[in-house]
Amino acid sequence: MAIEVKKPGLATSVQDQGRQGNYHLGIPPSGAMDQMSFRAANLLLGNEETAAALECALLGPELTFSEDTQVAVTGARMQPSLDGEQKPLDTVLDVRAGETLAFGFASAGARGYLAVSGGIDVPVVLGSRSTYALGALGGLHGRTLQPGDLLETGKPPPARPVGKTIPSSMQVPVSREREIRVVLGLYDARVEVQSLKRFLSEPWQVASESDRIGYRFKGGTPLNFVPREPPFGAGDDPSNIVDACYPIGSIQVPSGQQPIVLHRDAVSGGGYMMIGTVISADMDVFGQMPPNTSVRFVDVSLEQALQARAERRQRLDGIRAALRG
Amino acid sequence: MSQTVEMTAELPGTFYTRESPGSEPYVSVGATVSVGDTVGLIEVMKMFNPVVSTVAGTVVEVCVEAEDSVDVGDVLLRVEVS
Repeated sequence: MAIEVKKPGLATSVQDQGRQGNYHLGIPPSGAMDQMSFRAANLLLGNEETAAALECALLGPELTFSEDTQVAVTGARMQPSLDGEQKPLDTVLDVRAGETLAFGFASAGARGYLAVSGGIDVPVVLGSRSTYALGALGGLHGRTLQPGDLLETGKPPPARPVGKTIPSSMQVPVSREREIRVVLGLYDARVEVQSLKRFLSEPWQVASESDRIGYRFKGGTPLNFVPREPPFGAGDDPSNIVDACYPIGSIQVPSGQQPIVLHRDAVSGGGYMMIGTVISADMDVFGQMPPNTSVRFVDVSLEQALQARAERRQRLDGIRAALRG
Repeated sequence: MSQTVEMTAELPGTFYTRESPGSEPYVSVGATVSVGDTVGLIEVMKMFNPVVSTVAGTVVEVCVEAEDSVDVGDVLLRVEVS
């Protein structure tokens, strides 16, 4: 089956679970930013949970289908329609050959996930079909979709009953105010104690340039650094360090001004101090934060982070149990 | 009887009234617009997306300042349809 791209949307890309094990070579994991919504879309259709899907950022694409199939749309509140007729989110939809799927504006959240029965079939590169656009790797020709693109799909699983739906309690929240949990380190000692306290107490707003590489925040007070002589190999700016690895989720604050949280298409290292790292359980939420979302960074212990990771796994197990069979 | 149409933001981001700091604004109050005219830009994810007029008429109000943050559905300008 072929899917023709009539309109590509703002930045629509093929994504899956991502490619692990190459970050030390500078190749980031990529993959769906909101893994929970991405996996739920596949589970609705009876696909492999990590079958490649389309991540549709802020403005969805327009697509026509060459054959009858089933699709599911999860994540951001972007109302799907088939040949102009509005359809629900978070459920199994039948599509007839020749029909055009379109999306409304993202009224909440930031990224819709469109799964198609059988998954999107693009070549596997280093263990993943995910698009890493900055490195022109994976996905369809290593880039976001363009008008006229044709996407092939894999072998479809047996059709699911139309109307099977994700319980609302299991959907990733899309509210405009969020708390993001952070484990402090490794360079928080570079920041004066009162300044660090203020960083953790103030609301920060998602800046418009935020993307899959990183999320920038504005609106809070710049950091005050502890005075020091720059060590050998570090730049002169007080936020500079001797080059180090950047974990996914790490929060760098160049010149102490605007924090940047690295996400799945990030660069793997550099010379900015990192005040802390967002816990893995809270990384999905970034995928659903449009510009102007208000965030507070909350300091948690490693034990609390591991507990949150276990709870996230349980939530995913709950979705699997609710949608299988 | 004339009718006033609100043009709303289809994307969240930062609104720009002109292409570059040195250029003239795309539109100002009193300007005539046609269907398909660019009336501003919304920057999001480092991409500048034209805001395109869906009506023909006269701009009666520009509701956002240059470089304001906008959300989906915010009214950008009002146009009296001709």
